[in-house]
Amino acid sequence: MSLLEIKNLHVGVKDAKILKGVDLTVNRGEVHAIMGPNGSGKSTLALVLAGRDTYEITEGEILYKGEDLLEVAPEERAREGLFLAFQYPVEIPGVSNVYFLKAALNAIRKHRGQEELDAMDFLTYVREKMALVKMDETLLNRPVNEGFSGGEKKRNEIFHMAVLDPVLAVLDETDSGLDIDALKIVADGVNSLRSEERAFIIITHYQRLLNYIVPDVVHVLLDGKIVRTGGKELALELEEKGYSWLEGEVHEEAVAHA
Amino acid sequence: MPETIAAVSPAGLAPEAEVYTRAFARVAVERTDHEPSRIGTLRKAAIDRFGELGFPNRKLEEWRSTDVRAIATTTFSFEPSAELVSEADCARFRYDNTHELVFVNGAFRSDLSRLQELPDGVIISSLEQGWREHPELIEPHLGRHAKFDNHAFVALNTALHENGVFVFFPRNAVVETPIHILHLGRGGDSPVASFPRNLFVAEENSQGRIIEQFATAGDTDTGGNHFTCPVTEVVLAQNAVVDHYKLQRESTDAFHMATFQIYLGRSSNFSSHSISWGGGLVRNDVNAVLGGEGCEATLNGLYMVGGTQLVDNHMRVDHVAPHCDSHELFKGVLEGHARAVFNGRIFVHKGAQKTDAKQTNRNLLLSPTALVHSNPQLEIFADDVRCTHGSTVGRLDELGIFYLRSRGIGEEAARSLLTYAFCADIVQRIKDKSVRRDLEEFLFRRLPQGDVVRQAV
Repeated sequence: MSLLEIKNLHVGVKDAKILKGVDLTVNRGEVHAIMGPNGSGKSTLALVLAGRDTYEITEGEILYKGEDLLEVAPEERAREGLFLAFQYPVEIPGVSNVYFLKAALNAIRKHRGQEELDAMDFLTYVREKMALVKMDETLLNRPVNEGFSGGEKKRNEIFHMAVLDPVLAVLDETDSGLDIDALKIVADGVNSLRSEERAFIIITHYQRLLNYIVPDVVHVLLDGKIVRTGGKELALELEEKGYSWLEGEVHEEAVAHA
Repeated sequence: MPETIAAVSPAGLAPEAEVYTRAFARVAVERTDHEPSRIGTLRKAAIDRFGELGFPNRKLEEWRSTDVRAIATTTFSFEPSAELVSEADCARFRYDNTHELVFVNGAFRSDLSRLQELPDGVIISSLEQGWREHPELIEPHLGRHAKFDNHAFVALNTALHENGVFVFFPRNAVVETPIHILHLGRGGDSPVASFPRNLFVAEENSQGRIIEQFATAGDTDTGGNHFTCPVTEVVLAQNAVVDHYKLQRESTDAFHMATFQIYLGRSSNFSSHSISWGGGLVRNDVNAVLGGEGCEATLNGLYMVGGTQLVDNHMRVDHVAPHCDSHELFKGVLEGHARAVFNGRIFVHKGAQKTDAKQTNRNLLLSPTALVHSNPQLEIFADDVRCTHGSTVGRLDELGIFYLRSRGIGEEAARSLLTYAFCADIVQRIKDKSVRRDLEEFLFRRLPQGDVVRQAV
């Protein structure tokens, strides 16, 4: 059984159609990259996976571990191992980053029938994960994302991911706006978490991140549809030719169908 | 003010106001044997003025959103019946390591109070004792700052006040142990009205912290109705530093009409945090006069109300002298059918150059039926000043809730966490550990899934 199966997914908001029949299958152990220009529906796909309810699902289904994901509340998805690293992480003043994570992790552990971690065990565990993403300890005790730089926010998302230990992690443009050093740190964090049990969907506009996180499969999302799927070399081809190369093909295809 | 007379019946006095003038004749006179004659005259003038004013009605600009008919039409007893309250009722409101004075329905309970050893010259006593022992220290201040000409409740307090607290920090004194004044109200068969009158005087270069707590004895939800009408005058001389907290946690049946009047002398620094979560009908008038050059006033507050509670914070800051700063940050959380009023007036007088005044009021509505009237006002008569004001009314950020849920936090807990986050900057500004802990505990209890919040902050 595949970890994630998206079948003919159509998503809209108000009258606008954003996703127009997406099919995607992800197995444990795989890293998928979804590339596409702005407005192609990449972030919508990520947010729908995590359970944002401002979108309307007009057609299709999403199966996660064989179960209908669309019926499940966002927090239940998280407890079942789904994680979304936000493109724009939210600032939460007054709520400490580390204690918030403790509450989140314990909610997940409780759901999994594991014992809640006490303060000492949690701190030991968190220190391990911090090392993975080279997190500065001061960011641990600050309020969640408040006053963080763009790069710190993105690293904090990867840190949250490391702590919450997901089965399927979706990274929504985590590379946007990062300098090369920060990009490498994010990539190292992801690579250290790659395993046979875990899958990643890396959503990105640019190919550069994929030099450091080498994907098994690359998809191109254009105007709400996956128009091309290939190996890691597809990313390089896109970098060279730009998305307009595929836009042309899509158009021809449409004409051919007509 | 012709419209203020409108509350008065053609016979000269509204019937509901007559109760108070009769009480004055009966009660106030016997309370005044220890006071100088000026105060007797002042009391008489105040009750006469109340007779003219009557209770405020909603035609008055300052009372447009706050209807006090429920107070006017309730028959209160003026006998404190203070013996109804015991140590057991006090215990949960006590703060360790403070000088603690306990009042029950306005009457001083020395048996429940706990005063520690005081530095030389520092006075913490009931007002009555203060008048007996140090009239020369009270006389220059009491009744000279809080004006009753246009305020019925200040008039009532001035006329009818039975007792209160006198705090005196002499020159250069640093009072490290906070002073905690606990006002316990208790409803009975007939609700009691009390009129505490406080005077805090900080002489030159002195420092101290004063905490006022207003609570209801017995069960907070069913503790019953009582009416507390305090007036506090605070006077800071040059370079004095006073840190003040007010915790309003009375029963949701209680009425609370308070006036807090501050005078700041040169280079003095006054900071106040006013927390209101109790009371059914609550009004806080806070008036600060920045009278000496280079002084600084911080007036912050937090209100969290639900049900049919109404809380009204009426702020007025008078910048009289140049080079003074005032900062006001009031935040409110409203649930159910609760209503809040925030009226903030900053008045920069001619000559108060280099004024730096900032006022912010932010409100979070957790229900569609809650209502906020926020009304910041600036009046500026100097030309070299920096004044800003702003007010917002909003709801919880849905994206923030989704973000928290996407990390495994349940929806209810996510809402509570964001509500806590909204309050956090006020919570963090509270330097007094006891007050801060009380506020945090309140929030953990009040917010659904509060244990998750407790774990996460």
